[in-house]
Amino acid sequence: MIRLEKRPQPSQAWTLATPVLAVGATMIAGGILFAVLGADPLVAIRTIFWDPLFNPQFAGFTRPQLLVKAAPLILIAIGLSIGFRAGVWNIGAEGQYIMGAVCGAAAGLALYPSESVLVFPLMILAGALGGWAWAMIPAVLKVRFGTNEILVSLMLVYVAENVLASVSSGLLRNPEGRGFPGSRNFRNWEAAHNAELIPGTGMHWGVVAAFIAVILAYVLMARHIQGFNIRLTGEAPRAARFAGVSPARIVLVCLGTAGLLAGLAGLFEVTGPAGQISIDFNSGYGFTAIIVAFLGRLHPVGILLAGLLMALTYIGGELAQLMLGLPGASIQLFQGMLLFFLLAMDVFTNYRLRLGRAEVA
Amino acid sequence: MMDLSSISPILLIASIMVSATPILLAAIGEMVVEKSGVLNLGVEGMMITGAVVGFALAVNTGSAVTGFAAAACASAALALVFGVLTQVTLSNQVATGLGLTLAGLGLSALIGKPYEGMKSPTLPKLDIPVLGDLPVLGRMLFAHDAMVYLSLLLVLAVWAFLKFTRAGLILRAVGESHHSAHALGYKVVVVRLCAIVFGGACAGLGGAYLSLVRVPQWTEGMTAGAGWIALAIVVFASWRAGRVLIGAYLFGGVTVLQLNLQAAGAGVPVALLSASPYVVTIIVLVVISARGVHGAPASLGRPFHASR
Repeated sequence: MIRLEKRPQPSQAWTLATPVLAVGATMIAGGILFAVLGADPLVAIRTIFWDPLFNPQFAGFTRPQLLVKAAPLILIAIGLSIGFRAGVWNIGAEGQYIMGAVCGAAAGLALYPSESVLVFPLMILAGALGGWAWAMIPAVLKVRFGTNEILVSLMLVYVAENVLASVSSGLLRNPEGRGFPGSRNFRNWEAAHNAELIPGTGMHWGVVAAFIAVILAYVLMARHIQGFNIRLTGEAPRAARFAGVSPARIVLVCLGTAGLLAGLAGLFEVTGPAGQISIDFNSGYGFTAIIVAFLGRLHPVGILLAGLLMALTYIGGELAQLMLGLPGASIQLFQGMLLFFLLAMDVFTNYRLRLGRAEVA
Repeated sequence: MMDLSSISPILLIASIMVSATPILLAAIGEMVVEKSGVLNLGVEGMMITGAVVGFALAVNTGSAVTGFAAAACASAALALVFGVLTQVTLSNQVATGLGLTLAGLGLSALIGKPYEGMKSPTLPKLDIPVLGDLPVLGRMLFAHDAMVYLSLLLVLAVWAFLKFTRAGLILRAVGESHHSAHALGYKVVVVRLCAIVFGGACAGLGGAYLSLVRVPQWTEGMTAGAGWIALAIVVFASWRAGRVLIGAYLFGGVTVLQLNLQAAGAGVPVALLSASPYVVTIIVLVVISARGVHGAPASLGRPFHASR
C-alpha cells in the first residue's frame, strides 16, 4: 500500500527536478503521439528540440527566432507568475496582450508619418497603459465587488478579440491598403519599427524588456518587502491580513503588473515580428505563457529558461510541420501535456511516498 | 434601416432553446462537480473535445447518437485525468483545470483537422403527438430534437438527486466539509471522482450538441468560450439546478438576439454585438457578486488529503 505523507516544507530538490522530469516524460508521450501520427518519434523529437538550434542547414535562420518567440512569453509569464504567487488568477493575459498592441499601435498611427524619435517611446507607453487598463477591469471588479477574476479576465479575452477584429478592418485599417483588413506595416515606418538591434540575433526591444523584467521581478520577489507581501498573501492570506497587508492592493498590483507586461509584449510583437495589426496577429502567447509560468516554477529565472524552451517547441513545431508533415496542433497538445506532467509530478515536491500500511495510533 | 419585423418570436424562442442547450448541459455537469467541492476549470477543453469526437464518430458511423455517446465517453476520460491529478496526486485545481483546457484545445484541433468542412448526420426533430400540433406553442416548444428535452430532464434529475437522495446528500456533505465527511467514513476521493467524470460527460454532450446540431459543423476553436460561460452560469445560479436552467436560457437568449440583430442589420457595430454575450456575462457576474455570492460549497477548490 502506497500512501502520501505531507512534507513539512516543499522539497527543494524536487522543485528543481520536476520540470526536467516533466519535459522528459512529455518527450516520451510526445514520441508516442508522433508515432501514432505516422512520424518516426526519434526524428520528430530531434527536429523539434535539436535542429532549430544546431542543424547546420537552417539553424542560422531558426536560432534568432528563439529570442523573438521567447520574449513575449517571458514578459507575459513574469507578470502572471507574480499574481499566481499571490493567488490572483489572471488568465486573460491574451486579452491584455491584444489591447496593449491595439492601443500602442493606435497611438503611433495617430502620428503617422512623423519621423520623430519620440514616436516609439510614446507607443511603448500607450501599449503598456492599454494592457494595464484592460487588466484593471477584473482587478477593480474583484476589489470593489469581489467578482471572480478568473472568469472576468477570460471573458475580456473574447471582448478584446472582437475589438481587434473591429479596429483592424475599421479604425486602424491601412488607408492605402486597397480595403484589405490590417493596419499600416510598421516595418516600413522607421520611427515606429521595433527593429532587430543586433543583426542575426533576433534581439529586439521586446527581448531587452523581457530581460529587464526578469531582473526586476527577481529583485521584487526575493529582496523587496512588496514581494514578500505578495508571497505571504498567497501562502497564508490570514497571516498577511494580520501583518497589515491590504488584499485589495495586492490584487491591483498583481493584475496591474501582469497587464502592463502583457501590453508591452503585445506592442513589441505588433511593431516587430508581426509587423501590423491584423485579425490574427496574436498567436495565443497569452495562454502559452500560463504554461511557461508554471514550468518556470513561478520563479523569474525559471521562467526565463521555460520561455526559451517553449519558444523552442514553437519553432521546432513549425519545422516538424514543414519537414515531417506533422500537424501544427500536435505541438499545442504537446505543450498542454507538458503542463499536465509537471502538475502530476509536483506531488513529489509536496509529499513523500511511504510504502507499507499506516500504523494504528 | 433595421428591420425588426424579420425576427419572428416563435422562431426566436425555439432557437433560444437550441442555443442554450450546450451551455445548459455543461453547466449542470459542472454544478455537480462544484457541489462535491471541486473546481474544474477545464470545461472549455472537455466541451471542445466532446465536439470534435462526437462529430468525428457521427461522420464515420453515420449515427448522431453514437457521436453523442462517444463525446460523453471521451470528455469523461479527459475529466478522469483531471480527477486523478487533482484528487490522487493532489495538484492545484486551478492550474490543472487550465491545463485541461489548453490540452483539450490542442487535442481537438489535432483530431478535427481532417473533418473541417464536412457534413455530419444530425439529430432528427422529434414528432411529439398532440403537443407538437398545438398552434403557436407546438412549433415553439415541442418541435425540438431529443437532446433539448434530455438536457431539461437532466436538470430535473440533478435537482432531485441532490435534494432527495442519500447519495446526493453525501455528495453535498463532501463538498461542504470534506474532513467531516471523511470522519463519517465516506470516501471523499471516490465521490469526487464520480462527480468529476459525470461533469466531463455532460460537458462532452454539450460540445457534441454544438458540432452536431447547433452549428452543425466542425471548426477549430468552435466552442468560443462556451465552457467558460458555463462556469460563470454556475456562479450566477448560486449552485442551484433551477437557476442554472434560467442562466443558460438567459444566455441563450442574448446569443440568439445578437445574431438576429446582426442579421437584421441593426445600427450597432457587429463587433459590439458579437462581444455582447461575454460583456453580459461579466455584468451578470458583477451584479451577483455585488449582492454577495451565496451558496458556494464551503470546500470548493480546496485539496483534500486524509492526514492522520
